[in-house]
Amino acid sequence: MPLSNRHLLGLEGVPKEDIQLILDTTTTFREVLERPIKKVPTLQGNTVVNLFFENSTRTRISFELAEKRLSADAVNFSSSSSSVSKGETLKDTMRNIEAMKVDMVVVRHSAAGTPRFLTNICDSNIINAGDGIHEHPTQALLDMYSIREKFGKLEGLKVCIVGDVAHSRVALSNIFGLITMGAKVSVCGPSTMIPRNIEELGVDVIYDIDEAIQENDVLNVLRIQLERKAREYFPSIREYAKYFGITEERLEKNGKDIVILHPGPINRGVELSAAVADGLHQIILQQVTNGVAVRMAVLYLLGTMN
Amino acid sequence: MKIVLQNVNVVNPESKINEKKSSILIEDGKIVKIGKLSSSELNGTEEFNLSEKYVVPGFFDMHVHLREPGREDEETVKTGCDSAANGGFTGIACMPNTEPAIDSAEVVSLIKKQAKGHLVDVKVIGAATQGRKGEMISPMAELCEAGTVGFSDDGVAIKTAAILKRALEYSKMYDVPIIEHCEDESLAGGAMNEGFNSTLLGLPPIPSVAEDLIVMRGIIMAEYTKGKFHVAHISTKRSVKMVREAKEAGINVTAEVTPHHFTLTDDIIKTYDTNAKMNPPLREKKDVEEIIKGLKDGTIDCIASDHAPHADEEKEVEFEFAPNGIIGLETQIGLTLTELLQKKVLTLEEIIFKMSINPRKILRIPTPKFEKGEIANLTILDLDEIWTVDITKFKSKSKNSPFDKRILTGRAVGVVNNNKMFYDNNFINI
Repeated sequence: MPLSNRHLLGLEGVPKEDIQLILDTTTTFREVLERPIKKVPTLQGNTVVNLFFENSTRTRISFELAEKRLSADAVNFSSSSSSVSKGETLKDTMRNIEAMKVDMVVVRHSAAGTPRFLTNICDSNIINAGDGIHEHPTQALLDMYSIREKFGKLEGLKVCIVGDVAHSRVALSNIFGLITMGAKVSVCGPSTMIPRNIEELGVDVIYDIDEAIQENDVLNVLRIQLERKAREYFPSIREYAKYFGITEERLEKNGKDIVILHPGPINRGVELSAAVADGLHQIILQQVTNGVAVRMAVLYLLGTMN
Repeated sequence: MKIVLQNVNVVNPESKINEKKSSILIEDGKIVKIGKLSSSELNGTEEFNLSEKYVVPGFFDMHVHLREPGREDEETVKTGCDSAANGGFTGIACMPNTEPAIDSAEVVSLIKKQAKGHLVDVKVIGAATQGRKGEMISPMAELCEAGTVGFSDDGVAIKTAAILKRALEYSKMYDVPIIEHCEDESLAGGAMNEGFNSTLLGLPPIPSVAEDLIVMRGIIMAEYTKGKFHVAHISTKRSVKMVREAKEAGINVTAEVTPHHFTLTDDIIKTYDTNAKMNPPLREKKDVEEIIKGLKDGTIDCIASDHAPHADEEKEVEFEFAPNGIIGLETQIGLTLTELLQKKVLTLEEIIFKMSINPRKILRIPTPKFEKGEIANLTILDLDEIWTVDITKFKSKSKNSPFDKRILTGRAVGVVNNNKMFYDNNFINI
């Protein structure tokens, strides 16, 4: 059974069967990654453009590796500035690229809604690799895959998303995906970083990190964006680390066997102490490995739909 | 030349006229007679049989961006006036956020010159501060002498309370309003209303309190200075409530609302359509409900379009990068008749007040009188025609409207003013 949509713009409204299919397909590709020759001919002859309008290292490399391991032709377009500031509109940029006959476009952009905008102006399959503070669906899929790998299920698990929820595209995609899969989701962070009306999505809001640790099976700890304007939303890094940072002491105090995820890159000593970042609870590097497999699954499922 | 509008329902609540199946005889642009006409009176006239359409005092839109000087690629005085006539207006007031801003008598004269001879009267709103920078008040005396009818830094609120105080005090000498785009600068800069939808869409939010704070500031300052304060494009529940209370307290405050703010909510942004991006942003259901209430009880004095033309290439971009605003002159009457008359929110008389009489009174412009010897300044309405909005037929130079393909009930079919008639897509000298 194919996916119900030929683009992956976000996880809002994506049916359970689609997420299930992507996660199950990921398992197949996860196996491929363990082989001596980590390559399959599935997307041979397909051309995928990685259109990155925002700095990104791991997401772009992860997509590029996924494309290459599926034998697709991968092309990278990077521009740290928006096309507007260069004088060319995104519409023109996109049409030029499409005129070179591409099949799929992976897009990362600082402006929310850009992947959907691209679906209006071109025919390629569009995959959202992060749009502003909106969604980052493949990150949420790899998070869910990693959690499922650890627990064998998603349904009934309690997952708390910790940190700057208001300025995170990872948070929203995780909330949509996890709720669809039957997990119980909460968010924890300084109140200035919790968006208005988030409860309407069906999540609980917690302001006490100890409570978040006690109550949950999984913490998905977000990166604090030190370089963005998000920095204005809390008084100091010291205060953030003291009241919301995850440390060994906190985990011990709450006596809890908990699984910790982080989408990276980590600010050591801020949202995670160095000991936790390298400790027994975290599955951060498994997430990175699974990320390639999840993206292979998404590219494969979309690329073979046409 | 003599023309007669035959078989019309004539309604002008200010002139206390409400005549069914009547006629209006117009000679050389002036009203000669309203009522039954004898065959000798009809002799030598050009007849327009309007089969029971409504003739009402010419509608006036007090919030229009003409883009001239500066962005003539988006709209000019000429195309803006054509758009107004096609939309059913005989008068408009243009906002000063042009390039350069309308902060000198020279720019006022330029606009007046461009508008000369058109059916549509163009009144000019001057910048409240020099260059709309919010630092020094504009030369209001000179601007008023050149014909300015109000002052605004529209696009933004007047920067500080101190300058607003001075503007209200100084403009009082000329009895013209200070028209505020109510938005607190420190809370501005987002792309849509802050609420559940902004969280869902990941778009940077503008909280409703950004408007409320500046409405409150204006009300308090108007009370203190005894100046005239007009709230442009009111959009929030709390702002409507504050204006209502201020009016009850006898403070000199008036307010306008756009058709999009009483028709749409931020739900339509879900597709990231940049034609749903404007400032103030589309709000929530509770805000629309309070606006409807405010229209009914008279808290909101006027309906105005905030007609804001933008080039296609500027709107066909990422939502956050798109400029704010939509065109509205050619959909305003249709939306008002559909949403307010058909749904029995307002009567036709009340709509005439809000779209013809009140805006002129706020700007101290003479209102159209339906009396012998008066200039024929009127709008012809078909209240029942069901039509589909087609932006390709608009006279505006720009096409940025979220209402394309919308089915509306009721429209303006013609206008008469300044010895001219616009009817059946033609300007006719009369």
